[in-house]
Amino acid sequence: MGGAITVFRRELSGYFATPVAYVFIVIFLIMAGALTFTVGNFFARGQADLTPFFTFVPWLFLFLVPALTMRLWAEERRLGTIELLLTLPIAQWQAVLGKFLAAWAFCGIALALTFPLVITVNVLGNPDNGVILTGYLGCMMVAGAFLAVGAAISAMTKNQVIAFVLAVAACFFLTAAGSPVVTEFLSKRIPLLADLARAISITDRLNGFTRGVIAARDFVFFASFMAFFLFANTIAIDQRKAD
Amino acid sequence: MTALIEIERLTKRFGAFTAVDDVSFTVAKGEVVGFLGPNGAGKSTTMRMLAGFMTPTSGTARICGDDVVDKPVAAKRHLGFLPEGAPTYPEMTVTGFLEFCGRARGFHRSELQDRVAKAMALTQLEGVRLQPVETLSKGFKRRVGLAAALLHDPAVLVLDEPTDGLDPNQKHDVRNLILAMAPTKAIVISTHILEEVGAVCSRAVVIARGRVVADETPAELAARGPSMDAVFRSLTLPAAEAA
Repeated sequence: MGGAITVFRRELSGYFATPVAYVFIVIFLIMAGALTFTVGNFFARGQADLTPFFTFVPWLFLFLVPALTMRLWAEERRLGTIELLLTLPIAQWQAVLGKFLAAWAFCGIALALTFPLVITVNVLGNPDNGVILTGYLGCMMVAGAFLAVGAAISAMTKNQVIAFVLAVAACFFLTAAGSPVVTEFLSKRIPLLADLARAISITDRLNGFTRGVIAARDFVFFASFMAFFLFANTIAIDQRKAD
Repeated sequence: MTALIEIERLTKRFGAFTAVDDVSFTVAKGEVVGFLGPNGAGKSTTMRMLAGFMTPTSGTARICGDDVVDKPVAAKRHLGFLPEGAPTYPEMTVTGFLEFCGRARGFHRSELQDRVAKAMALTQLEGVRLQPVETLSKGFKRRVGLAAALLHDPAVLVLDEPTDGLDPNQKHDVRNLILAMAPTKAIVISTHILEEVGAVCSRAVVIARGRVVADETPAELAARGPSMDAVFRSLTLPAAEAA
């Protein structure tokens, strides 16, 4: 585990040593705030909760998380540092886990910085702060799922643009699969696929969290989803590290 | 004499192209082996396999008795590896980078500080310790890579073109450093600077088109022809194999 922690520390401080962290966080906060108060009708709804905010988080992560993950392995390849990293006496899964956890912690920092929204609803009304907490937890789960997919894709290509586009496509698929447009379309034509789409949709599961429901099966879904793609990531690195 | 590096029938194919073809040699403690060959002969590929970065198509490599494929972490503990081009994380400071490498090797607190200070003293990096690596000149970057390889005082050193890009004074310093460490370690350095072989190596292994074409002392190699250049050419040009 020591190797993973070492990689985690280096990665996380790496975000803040470059403009990546500041650009990511500023854009995320501006867009999250803007969408919540405009499209989300934060005031007009007349309800003291963060439902509009949580609705937009997956759509923001859809673009921003692949921007984080595209460089995870592709950048190491470009700089040649992958040769250095993988000849240190740490197992490959430790490097994979360390990178993933650092990116996840970074998303956690970005989410934590939306705290003024929480303060705002608490000033304006009496929200259920437990529900807000589970909503944030759900957002972290979505971030983790997107990161795991994006990191695995980054490990499979040395081209950052390809890594970004494929990761956005994969995240879009996961987000849109549960939307009524997709499921209604599919259930009319291919009912089997409609069930499948609903099963892999992360929006449905996030809705559970934002209503304050933490279901074991949703946890198991996210955990196994991340575990699977981290495993795929390790395999991909092992197979293609020297390409 | 115990062999710290054992390479047996190592082969690497990329599709139909054989980059390294049935290479075998051993390096004992106290030896400095110069790994010579023209560009594209398979020097870096052999070193990458020895460092556990590339998986051999067939054959084995062992470092201090540990197979680099079966026991990668154990093998890498004994190894100090300078990859080709000395890749480093550009945004990290020299101290930060060396501390990262030290932590990955399991050093902490005062021992970590001691190791980093010692490695910086050996490679004369104290003057730039807080500078980001990307602001350094090529010679300094190479020395940062070298310091990372020496940090844990490994029994085996594999250095891919350690003096490339250094000025004559720095080359002299690095050669002296290698000579000073030689008695207690097994060292392999790759180079295409022939004078270097006479200056630091106790043995020269010449490789051409993936095959070992000579394995003898620099003096024996020089005695084969009028000059080291002429011997190198006759060994490595395609006509030599046909003759």
